[in-house]
Amino acid sequence: MMELSIIWSILVAQIMLGLAMAFAFYRMVRGPRAQDRILGLDTLYINAMLMLLTFGIRSANSLYFESALIVALIGFVSSIAFGKFLMRGEIIE
Amino acid sequence: MRTWFPYPLLSVGLLLVWLLLNQSVAPGTIIMGTLLAIGLGWVTLKLGLVHSHPRRILLIVRFGFTVALDVIRSNIAVIAVILRGQRRPPNPGFLTIDLDLDDENALALLACVMTATPGTAWLEYDRHRKSLLFHVLDMENEDVWLDTVKRYETALKEIFG
Amino acid sequence: MSHLTDLPVWAAVIVCGLTVLGAAVALIGSVGLIRFTSFYERLHAPTLATSGGVLMICTASIICFAVLQSRWVFHEILIIVFVVVTTPVTLMLLGQAALYRDRVEEQRGVPLKQRPPREEQAE
Repeated sequence: MMELSIIWSILVAQIMLGLAMAFAFYRMVRGPRAQDRILGLDTLYINAMLMLLTFGIRSANSLYFESALIVALIGFVSSIAFGKFLMRGEIIE
Repeated sequence: MRTWFPYPLLSVGLLLVWLLLNQSVAPGTIIMGTLLAIGLGWVTLKLGLVHSHPRRILLIVRFGFTVALDVIRSNIAVIAVILRGQRRPPNPGFLTIDLDLDDENALALLACVMTATPGTAWLEYDRHRKSLLFHVLDMENEDVWLDTVKRYETALKEIFG
Repeated sequence: MSHLTDLPVWAAVIVCGLTVLGAAVALIGSVGLIRFTSFYERLHAPTLATSGGVLMICTASIICFAVLQSRWVFHEILIIVFVVVTTPVTLMLLGQAALYRDRVEEQRGVPLKQRPPREEQAE
């Protein structure tokens, strides 16, 4: 009973995060303007990072933590680069 | 001392990050982390960061608590706005406020706090006029938001003053 | 799935509750991303995931690993600090870029650029 409820609650959390990723992806594909797409991409990265953390909890593996950190890093850098590009039309000044 | 540790807080923070990443406090990790912290402290010297001297630990802790409470409260408020959906659409709007902060780091901290709380988003700060343009998701009465920013500003002025 | 059953009941309840709550907050943030009609409103949606969601799921992960391996290493704090520090930068930059683009295209409902003070113009 106990283990079933643990497994199910983590599964429910993962389904919710998957839905969140799908919504963010929808905004990225659909978004009327470029800044909406970048916002969607940023949200997608954050939700993917949370998803990796729940996988880490589920399998008690510390490797997922490292990949979550790397996803967060890459998401930050790419969003910054896109935002800078929107503002000036070039990335490095 | 200044030549060895240009930014002492930054160096200590870097050492802590290194130890956390390696998940160990073995002597080798500590030595490597100290070397990295000192080296990266010199590297950031080239960036020409602005020195500021936050004082009064008690005030900083109190500020942290108020910010945490505000984050929780505004989280709940924004969740309510989203779940309400189309029945009562939110009333978004832009607000302008004059700030009186000179310290760059205090401004950066204010920007972080305002963006981290859902419901307010920092848009543009004009250095000449010292006025800030920000966006509010649900503007039931503007005075509450202006008061909140003013409260943060006075707290930051006390800390960095 | 054997290791999760090793958790004592109190820890299991806390871990499961925080994980589900955090995922729900992140989901609501993404729903807001879909539902809001203008970009400036959508700018508020991801902060839900980055403040509430990250905080709760990282706390759940910290408690889970601390109780399971009885090692008090909080390396999830790194993720919390990193996300809290970097998200404002991204959102501020995106907000400024959107403001700049809207002004260039002269969209309605966008505040105009404030004029610099007189004496500096004269110089």
